[in-house]
Amino acid sequence: MTALEVRELYKSFGGLRVTAAVNLAVEPGERRLIIGPNGAGKTTLFNLITGELRADAGSMTLFGHDLTREPARRRAHLGLARTYQIITLFPGETLLRNVTLSLLGLSPLRWNPLARLAGQTELLSKARAALGRVGLGHLADRPVGQTSYGERRRVEIAMALAQSPKVLLLDEPFAGLSIEERRDVLALINGIPRDVTIVMIEHDMDVALEFAERITVLHFGQVIVEGTRAEVVEHPRTKEVYLGE
Amino acid sequence: MKLRSPRGISAAVALLLLITLPFWIGNSYYVNVATQMLIYAILALGLNVLVGYAGLVTLGHAALFGVAAYAGATLINAGHGHIVVAFGALLTTVAVAAVFAVLALRGTGLGFVMITVALGQIAWGIAYRWISLTNGDNGVSINARPRPFGLMLEAAPALYWATLVVFLVAVGSMAIFVASPFGASLRGARDQPRRMTALGYNVWLIRFLAFLFSGFWSGVAGLLYLYYNQFVSPQTVALSASAEALLMVIAGGTGTLLGPIAGAVLVIVMKDIASAYIERWNFVLGAIFVLIVVFMPEGLVPGSTRLWRWGIAAWWPRATAVTGETGE
Repeated sequence: MTALEVRELYKSFGGLRVTAAVNLAVEPGERRLIIGPNGAGKTTLFNLITGELRADAGSMTLFGHDLTREPARRRAHLGLARTYQIITLFPGETLLRNVTLSLLGLSPLRWNPLARLAGQTELLSKARAALGRVGLGHLADRPVGQTSYGERRRVEIAMALAQSPKVLLLDEPFAGLSIEERRDVLALINGIPRDVTIVMIEHDMDVALEFAERITVLHFGQVIVEGTRAEVVEHPRTKEVYLGE
Repeated sequence: MKLRSPRGISAAVALLLLITLPFWIGNSYYVNVATQMLIYAILALGLNVLVGYAGLVTLGHAALFGVAAYAGATLINAGHGHIVVAFGALLTTVAVAAVFAVLALRGTGLGFVMITVALGQIAWGIAYRWISLTNGDNGVSINARPRPFGLMLEAAPALYWATLVVFLVAVGSMAIFVASPFGASLRGARDQPRRMTALGYNVWLIRFLAFLFSGFWSGVAGLLYLYYNQFVSPQTVALSASAEALLMVIAGGTGTLLGPIAGAVLVIVMKDIASAYIERWNFVLGAIFVLIVVFMPEGLVPGSTRLWRWGIAAWWPRATAVTGETGE
């Protein structure tokens, strides 16, 4: 069964068509890279898949489950998690609280107005473990405002991984990072077990190519090339629109 | 909070002072002022759930306060017993809050504010014009202070203590709510609604439930106001009353437990005590708000805490260096 399947997806903002007849089929455990120049509609595609935007036409399934009419919050419960290109954390809270909120999102406990959140030892130790996985265990009690940009990127990933997603959408996880930080984050992503299917948007081909098994090239909202790493890199259309040759 | 910690001790002292207030404050006029402070503090605490923790500024909460008072007065005058009055008034308030929430939550930010203003004005219009229901401009009086569960509330100290009990329950419920997972969900929905949706939260429903909780405590305050005043008029639900409650929350410190209480005390002190000495007390209150905004934009309680720490650090740098941190 396909992990994530997108069929004939369309989206326009007014007269601007940002997604046009996009088809995408990602197999379970696959590492898929989506590339394309600025404005190709990569993030919009993610927003459509997660339900933050509603598609004009087309359909999507997650392991056979039709997502098209599911509200965004339900898609998280069905096993879809994402990170944001523009870091979207809870700035006043500690790293631990950020990841705790992520875990709480899938737990019925989130409606409980009587329990003490600080007393939920199981939840908190899970959150600490998730921070440990991205190498931030020692900073768990530090507010987000006092961490570096690279650390925040990893918190984004920790929050997504904490939800044990089936499909993980990474939106430019290397954006704004130094070379060393990129290497760390890449190692982190490479360490994610194969029961998580990963779709990654990346602008920077150098780091991203190493990760990808299959690559989809978007241009003006359309899929123009799709195939294995070698096929896509060698494809003349890729070179034309993306590598600028 | 440990019992022997500085916070535990100050809480115990504050509680003792509150309980014994009718004995040391001397005059029953001041006991009544203290009762008013508690009533408005409950309203401000309820409002703070929306303004502070949900990040939804509303200018229609006097309507909920007023609905409880009008509903209570109507039920009392129809000859119902205390339990029917209390349940009836609070259920009506929560139901009206639900309608307000469904309409107002279509927007956030300025849209939300404007819808709550409009709803508040509708409530005011009903209070003012639907004479068969609300007796219009004359308002509704109740003949005697009710005696819930046989409690004689006629004397000022008795009503004060009854209000104090309700106030303490309100503070306790807020403390539990804020520290709960739902409280964390609500603050998350305030700070990053998009993210919260992507994490699996139903942001709309979280806000809706917070609105009901907020409305409930506003209703409790409204009912107490009716018992205290034995009279309710359209003034109670006017826009200026909503603005006053909002100012209490903002002046005291939004999103803090003690802020709304401090704000309520400040406004009532100005209205009921300072007004006896200063004819233009409104002007002084306005000046105080300006000073708060300039020097403590986060509100009285967080602002004073900040200045206190800064003062300690400036005067006794070694003390803070040794103990590491102060308070909290």
